[in-house]
Amino acid sequence: MRAGFVMSEVGIGLRRNLTMTFAVVITVAISLSLLGIGLLSNSQVRTMKDYWYDKIEVSIFLCGPLSETPSCAGGPVTAEQRLEIQQDLQELPVVQTVYYESQSEAYQRFQERFKDSAIAQNVTVDQLPESFRVKLKDPTEFAVVESAFSGRPGVDVVQDQRAILEKFFSLLNVLRDGALVIGLASVLTAALLISNTLRIAAYNRRRETTVMKLVGASSFSIQLPFLLEGLFAAIVGWGISTGILSGLKFVVDDRIAPLLTFTNFFTWNDVWVASAYLLLTGVVVSGFASVLTLRKYLKV
Amino acid sequence: MIRFEHVTKTYAKTDKPALSDVSIDVAKGEFVFLVGQSGSGKSTFLRLVLREEKASSGTIHVAGKDLGTLSNWKVPELRKQVGTVFQDFRLLPNKTVFENVAFALHVLGHTKKEIAREVPEIVELVGLAEKLNRRPGELSGGEQQRVAIARAYVSRPAILIADEPTGNLDPGTSIGIMKLLDRINREGTTVVMATHDSSIVDQMRKRVIELESGHVIRDQVRGVYGYTG
Ligand SMILES: Nc1ncnc2c1ncn2[C@@H]1O[C@H](COP(=O)(O)OP(=O)(O)OP(=O)(O)O)[C@@H](O)[C@H]1O
Ligand SMILES: [Mg+2]
Repeated sequence: MRAGFVMSEVGIGLRRNLTMTFAVVITVAISLSLLGIGLLSNSQVRTMKDYWYDKIEVSIFLCGPLSETPSCAGGPVTAEQRLEIQQDLQELPVVQTVYYESQSEAYQRFQERFKDSAIAQNVTVDQLPESFRVKLKDPTEFAVVESAFSGRPGVDVVQDQRAILEKFFSLLNVLRDGALVIGLASVLTAALLISNTLRIAAYNRRRETTVMKLVGASSFSIQLPFLLEGLFAAIVGWGISTGILSGLKFVVDDRIAPLLTFTNFFTWNDVWVASAYLLLTGVVVSGFASVLTLRKYLKV
Repeated sequence: MIRFEHVTKTYAKTDKPALSDVSIDVAKGEFVFLVGQSGSGKSTFLRLVLREEKASSGTIHVAGKDLGTLSNWKVPELRKQVGTVFQDFRLLPNKTVFENVAFALHVLGHTKKEIAREVPEIVELVGLAEKLNRRPGELSGGEQQRVAIARAYVSRPAILIADEPTGNLDPGTSIGIMKLLDRINREGTTVVMATHDSSIVDQMRKRVIELESGHVIRDQVRGVYGYTG
């Protein structure tokens, strides 16, 4: 068959069933958008992790007069211990930077942070511990630092900010997984709709397909127009879904980013990558649904 | 052209064979009537030739192909060599005479130019040159059957199979269709036609094969419809 003839048959098929075509395009657009939102949630979680993990530190609090842990039994940290801890820290390969925070710096930070609160007045300089603020090359390597310094004379406690973030992120992961599951479920729905629509189309055109078989058309050329119709719906639907995701990106940049300054947001690149995956999903799913349906309903 | 050797066909979920131990040889250029009562196996025979069905046992050769070993993807090759005409015409109601005939050529990959040349030629042959742009609904039964024959013959198949092509037509119209089939046969095409129409068979005096409950009970050169001895 010639391309022109195939295309005119595809056109006839799509027009004859205009409302169905419309329904399939919209369903594909919505389901791919939902899946796309799932993919972007994933990008967003990753972006937030990068952003936060980049900022979090491990704090090594040193023994002060009020410390009660066994490693502080020898009294407040001595100058010698402090120096040794600092040197050992700097020699650890996982450590990126080490910053020493003295009691008076800790006091200043405390006052600033709680300047509107009553506790600011009740705290004195010597109540706040001095500490090393350690930034790791890879924030997940906390255990290395902890095992090296926890319980060491002069060290009160080793604290990882990541532990707090982990809880937050495990919540976000659940939300992201939920979005992905909803997206996949709706893609499945779209596949079923495509399959059903093609079945109806094959039934509507049974006269044509019967004649085609009789005059010696190959299965492939009998199925091709239907396959192309499914593909057409998938690609138009994909175009719309990419439009929707771009719209989402604009809204995030214009409206949400100015309000939520504590994180970065997914980039345009994430949108294009998601869109590419959606195109792949749309084409593969529609292709599979078509081939499976047509094999059954357009036997030679 | 068509050779059946001890062919038996039993449809799924039935015990009585629709054809049993049928051996027939149809040479190139022959004209054969297939007669017999309703349910005797005529359509089954034709479906086997088209490989719409496969024989349960025995071997079938059509146009040099062994249908028992012919793979599915080669079936279209076979059907290009076998034109088909049915009692119910099987035309596409939304297409004109021209488009109906052209459809077959489009499907087989002919160019627009070839189609523009070949279609009017064949439509002229079947005597419908003036009605090229009518739709099937605007034609008489006989005219519709002519369109169907044009479509079956436009690609010049070696074999033409007709399953009761005059079944829906009155006697006068039927004669016109038979003249057309005879003409096609004279051009060298092998024609096999299943029919109930005794007067046609008696007039044409061609080879007659009679089936009864799936058995060949008569195979006669220049035969008649009802054999009396
Ligand atoms: N698809 C099928 N499945 C099961 N049995 C079938 C099928 N098609 C035909 N038969 C049976 O096979 C036998 C032969 O049928 P066939 O259609 O070949 O008869 P026929 O000679 O063409 O009859 P008619 O003159 O009425 O068209 C009949 O008994 C019929 O019931
Ligand atoms: Mg029959």
